[in-house]
Amino acid sequence: MPDVWTEKLDTYLDGELPAGEMSALDAHVRTCSDCAADVLSRLQLKRAVQTAGKRFTPSMDLRQRIQKMSAAKQPQRRWFWQLAAIAAVFLIVLGISLVRIRQANYTRQIYSEIADLHVSTLASASPVDVISTDRHTVKPWFEGKIPFTFNLPELQNSEFSLIGGRVTYLEQTPGAQLIHIRKHQISVFMFPESSSLPGDSGLSRRTTFEMQSWTQGNLRYFVIGDASADDIGKLVELFKSAEGR
Amino acid sequence: MSKDRLTAATFEELAMPLFDQLYNFAHWLTQDRSEAEDLVQETYTKALRGFSSFQLGTNFRAWIYRILRNTFLTSRTGLKANVPLEFDEGSEPSAGPDTPETLLIERSQQEVVQSVMAELPVNFREVLLLCEIEEMSYQEIAETLAVPIVTVMSRLSRARRALRDRLCEKLQGEKHA
Repeated sequence: MPDVWTEKLDTYLDGELPAGEMSALDAHVRTCSDCAADVLSRLQLKRAVQTAGKRFTPSMDLRQRIQKMSAAKQPQRRWFWQLAAIAAVFLIVLGISLVRIRQANYTRQIYSEIADLHVSTLASASPVDVISTDRHTVKPWFEGKIPFTFNLPELQNSEFSLIGGRVTYLEQTPGAQLIHIRKHQISVFMFPESSSLPGDSGLSRRTTFEMQSWTQGNLRYFVIGDASADDIGKLVELFKSAEGR
Repeated sequence: MSKDRLTAATFEELAMPLFDQLYNFAHWLTQDRSEAEDLVQETYTKALRGFSSFQLGTNFRAWIYRILRNTFLTSRTGLKANVPLEFDEGSEPSAGPDTPETLLIERSQQEVVQSVMAELPVNFREVLLLCEIEEMSYQEIAETLAVPIVTVMSRLSRARRALRDRLCEKLQGEKHA
């Protein structure tokens, strides 16, 4: 039998009644068998509609089309990432360029120092501290004066002659300078290898001098002189062979 | 969050989880797979285009359902389906020993309910779907349909009554056949 609550039963089941009325109807349903049965049947219908209503499922093709459209049509996002990528590339290129410029500057500075050492030796009244053409005299003289040992090439059958040697410094590090002569004086510098020194260089012409540098056996070599590139190259090969023995 | 960031970042995140439900709703409205697909696609296109006008903090679900519904109503199928049908609002709920619910228990419920739902006028079908399937609040339904809450309550009540009456007729007819 319908009563004053009957027309509110759907709203009650939808959870949309004001809190006060919800409580009152809760209490009423417990005591009114007609309303309880009505609530039950309406609930069954509600559940039946909920089940029956979930009927249609979209095709995979439509899903992919919509997904593509939703994902693709985001110009701001795409622009943001494009700009970010361009900025990142620019920063990387800038960083690499700065590093290379600094390395190039540093390399120039080191080579200039080597050239200065060579020139000051040539201008000195006493260019060498140990005067000898005998490598077995020159080499032992350095013992205890520099923190490394080295091998000297046999020059007897070569075009070069050893004049002598001296202790020198590059970047506050002690090293050996050996003076050779073949028409022109050629200095061979040896220093302990360090990460701060510039990398190997082929033959290059610096401030009118020919110079070549390489690393071998934990030593950094610089050969510099006012000689021809060919002569510098030959002396370099002699030293490389001696150290490689 | 600015509108630009909202447009860029969140449309896909907000819209794609509703895809299955929107399709189901669209199919119920159009009663045709091909038309439902067109309707969903047009809805997403319009929603994307107009997403910058969506107000953050308002109900996205109601907003996109409203777009779908308006698109449907202006479609050829929608215009045909939207012919207002007069339902006897004064008719009493069916009475008798066999309520539709008790009959449903004995029968395969789903197909019968589906066929009766499909026969309902579209304005009844949609309010039922939004309430029962999408479990929208009356407020959300009001936003989606762009009508006052009292209209939602009244339309929902009439839709349920129509559903019960038709179910009852159908099940009793089959029982006596």
